Amino acid sequence: MPRTKGRPGRLAALGAVGAAVSLVSGCAGAGGVAAGGDGTTLVVAIVSNPQMEDAISLRSDFEKENPGVDLRFVTLPENEARAKITTSVATGGGEFDAVMISNYETRMWAENGWLENLQPHIDASEGYDAGDFLQPIRESLSYRGDMYSVPFYGESSFLAYRTDLFEEAGLEMPADPTWAEVADLAARLHDPESGTAGICLRGLPGWGELLAPFNSMLNTFGGRWYDEDWNAQLTSPEFRRAAEFYVDLVRKHGQPGAAGSGFGDCLTHYSQGRAAMFYDATAMVSTVEDPDSSKIAGRSGYAPAPVSETDYGGWLYTWSLAIPTTSEHTDAAWRFLSWMTDKQYTKTVADEYGWERVPPGSRVSTFENPQYQEVAGAYAEPMREGIADADPKDPGIRPVPYTGVQFLAIPEFQDLGTRVSQQLSAAVAGQISVDQALEQSQQYAQSVGDSYKEAQ
Amino acid sequence: MSATATAPAQRPAAPAPTPRARRRARGWSLRAPLLPALIFTILVTQLPFLFTIFYSLRSWNLLRPDSGAFAGLDNYAYVLTDAQFLGAALNTVVITASCVLISMAVGIGLAMLLDRRFAGRGVVRTLLITPFLIIPVATALLWKTTMFDPVFGLVGFVLTPLGLGEVNWVAQYPVVSVVTALVWQWSPFMMLLVLAGLQSQSRDVVEAGQVDGANRWQMFTNVTLPHLRRYIELGVLLGSIYVVNTFDTIYMMTQGGPGTASSNLPFYIYQRTFLGFDIGQSAAMGVIVVIGTIVVATLALRLIFRTFMSDQEAKS
Amino acid sequence: MTATATAPAPRTRPAAAPAPRRRSRGTVGGTALTVLTWAIALVFVSPALWMVLTAFKTEGIAQTDPPTLLFQPTLEQFRDVVGADFTPYVGNSLIATLASTALVLVLATPAAYALSIRPVKRTKDVLFFFISTKMLPLVAVVVPIYVAAAEVGMLDNIWTLVVLYTAMNLPIAVWMLRSFFLEVPAGVVEAAQMEGASLPRVLWSVMLPIMAPGVAATALICMIFSWNEFFFAVNLTASQAATVPVYLVGFITSEGLYWAQLAAAATMASLPIVVIGWMAQRQLVRGLSMGAVK
Repeated sequence: MPRTKGRPGRLAALGAVGAAVSLVSGCAGAGGVAAGGDGTTLVVAIVSNPQMEDAISLRSDFEKENPGVDLRFVTLPENEARAKITTSVATGGGEFDAVMISNYETRMWAENGWLENLQPHIDASEGYDAGDFLQPIRESLSYRGDMYSVPFYGESSFLAYRTDLFEEAGLEMPADPTWAEVADLAARLHDPESGTAGICLRGLPGWGELLAPFNSMLNTFGGRWYDEDWNAQLTSPEFRRAAEFYVDLVRKHGQPGAAGSGFGDCLTHYSQGRAAMFYDATAMVSTVEDPDSSKIAGRSGYAPAPVSETDYGGWLYTWSLAIPTTSEHTDAAWRFLSWMTDKQYTKTVADEYGWERVPPGSRVSTFENPQYQEVAGAYAEPMREGIADADPKDPGIRPVPYTGVQFLAIPEFQDLGTRVSQQLSAAVAGQISVDQALEQSQQYAQSVGDSYKEAQ
Repeated sequence: MSATATAPAQRPAAPAPTPRARRRARGWSLRAPLLPALIFTILVTQLPFLFTIFYSLRSWNLLRPDSGAFAGLDNYAYVLTDAQFLGAALNTVVITASCVLISMAVGIGLAMLLDRRFAGRGVVRTLLITPFLIIPVATALLWKTTMFDPVFGLVGFVLTPLGLGEVNWVAQYPVVSVVTALVWQWSPFMMLLVLAGLQSQSRDVVEAGQVDGANRWQMFTNVTLPHLRRYIELGVLLGSIYVVNTFDTIYMMTQGGPGTASSNLPFYIYQRTFLGFDIGQSAAMGVIVVIGTIVVATLALRLIFRTFMSDQEAKS
Repeated sequence: MTATATAPAPRTRPAAAPAPRRRSRGTVGGTALTVLTWAIALVFVSPALWMVLTAFKTEGIAQTDPPTLLFQPTLEQFRDVVGADFTPYVGNSLIATLASTALVLVLATPAAYALSIRPVKRTKDVLFFFISTKMLPLVAVVVPIYVAAAEVGMLDNIWTLVVLYTAMNLPIAVWMLRSFFLEVPAGVVEAAQMEGASLPRVLWSVMLPIMAPGVAATALICMIFSWNEFFFAVNLTASQAATVPVYLVGFITSEGLYWAQLAAAATMASLPIVVIGWMAQRQLVRGLSMGAVK
């Protein structure tokens, strides 16, 4: 597989800056004040979601078991983390020994030869039990039958709602809500005077931010990004209907500052009691149901992802850990990966912080644990069903030339998704109309589609 | 060769090689101290730019390792027809111009207030320069959250009597928000420069003006401002150089959004590079920006250098 | 009214008498102006004051509507920030700031000297070149720099930042220092050279003492810009060499719970430069203006 090394100009560029750089550094030695002692220092880049923060605070548990291995974490919000990790891995920058990626990157990067094949490590690790990972999750992280990243948590999407507020208003959540019903409920529960939004939905640009809930909605509205021949469909009636619905809903009955709120912000909004409903990742439960971080723990009900024309509307996503091939500490890095994704880690979190905080949705054994079932009675089942139902190969109603539910598994999507999400976010902010946003987005999408047409 | 050409002109009766060589040696001994800085600057800033030009001619997406073919001027054609790029260019101009001009106006105002003795003058000046010293990244975050937050922000609280309490500044007026944070940060810098100018103003001139019976406004426009001109020009020049490259404030405050409403060129190119990974296109944008900057800067710099250097050269 | 005679209220009426304009203390108009000045200054810095205030709050108090002014201060946030690996960032920032500033002075002083004496031709062009490198947008060169740094294993290395910050501040330092050299009376230098002192010696023991305030101002400016630099820091470092501004990136999505902690982190991150800036403000004014106009 071709790597980026040896790209024209790189060696020569070495002369340019490298010479100047090494002039000074030659005598100066090590990289920074933070250089570790004699042992191995593992640099780990991860996304700063609450579950990951827990892992960081449990680091001493790993370091105790692995003397001589020192962990250094780089934690960033999702968009920033992606930028950093992708740049590093794609250019062979080699800053990181372990990176947090997802089912979007894993297969493409494995194909490019950027990731260490983890299967030999998995097979050699007794008791790691990769067979315990949920089938759809495991599959989404495999390339040619081998796993190239291991899941930290898996998620689908569902709808959380405040049972107390529903009761107060005399409303009831349908067992399988449609988006029309949700919009109607949001309108009734929207109460800005008392600081409660009808629904919380992401509006922050970023393909992993706004586009995740939007794309899952798009699928169930019957829309698609491309037809079978890579013609962009962003101005098609279905796409327009979904976009208008989403933008309308969040503008009329969404949280204040919607255009700037991503998963983390929405999570805070909802768990601080500032929204009546919240459609997002199932992984939200670790925060929403934790009395330490949530003002409304135990007051939420959970419904499956709302639908329109399909039978189910959730997405499939997993934050997973991988080792870039540039890492010089592959074995130590694997020990870290296996620590953070092992069954034992789940128990450690449960002992330390309680069962509601364990990283959910990746292991069957977690779902089957009686103690987990006890605290997770309200959401374990919708979560598990959502993950099982989501079908990356056939996300919507009509056939598509790509795979993925809330993303398109093509390298260009990182860019295209970001640009389209910027347009939609601008519409959420009221800067432009949905039509304008879609016109512009269609152009971006078509120029990507064209490059696939040529390839066909 | 130029030494040979110019030397006879200066001193026609010097045919012997010895003085010329000596003069050349003296020339080098005078230039030598300049070389380390010059070479360093060229190595670190100019050479990488040559590679940027090289990259800009390829179709290279980082995420597609098979890309990297020679693409001629395709990237340039694409970039120059990209509405968002042009929008970002416009934003750069708007943000830079408004920030520099407003900061300068505020700076002059603050400096005039400080240009007199009063109780606690030192403390007030210390307070006023503080925004320039705070890390811009922190400044941006603070404005975004504690100041501009639609629910808990201080700005909304203060403006509630005006009916502006619920405005979501960062989302609805992103450019205004960014410029506000930048003006807050740069006004003290302008104030310092103007203050230095005011303090170098000769007392005689001021008093002469007062004897002539000029009122304060006339004094200000006829005497003070002309005297301050150079300081103001310098402030505008330095301010523009730094503000045009603003990245941190936008990164932390708006991420260029909503949409690309508040992207300036540095941020937009950053996004194309590190979120889009289209190295060819972002390199082309970089080259275009450099060309544009050089054109603008040449005009501006020449103008300002003429003002600054003429006196001193006349003196020497 | 004697007050009117000695110092007319500013703005309101023309100055009839040649009164010393700057000594308006003690008069009614002067007092009013002083109060006004103080009020404007306090309003102007209120965001900074608010930041410091917020840093001493608990997260709950940091977010109230209307905002809270009176509360029981706590050091909890500062403890949290220090506990959260903050120190390595400070260490890196110190290295990057001090080393690059030292390097700038070492490189810029001889260059500025060379440019300050007449016989060097094309002074204008060289100066112009230096300043024009400041116009080069950093984004235009970051990719080649990233690629080259990756190639020689210098990514996430603090010395990469030192080199880049040196290049970043060199032009402005050359420019400022040159104008300080022009301040030194030519006779002093010639006298020293007559006695056979070498150039470095003349620089060191004759010129630098005269220029000390200017050098201090230049160093201060370099330090401010290095400490606060963000673009290179965020793109070229990860963990080993990350500087203080990079630490603050983690707070981007802090819309919810973390205002107080953010304020504490921002306060601590800014403190070193703010204190140095306060102490050296006189030099700063003088240095900037000398650099400006000469």
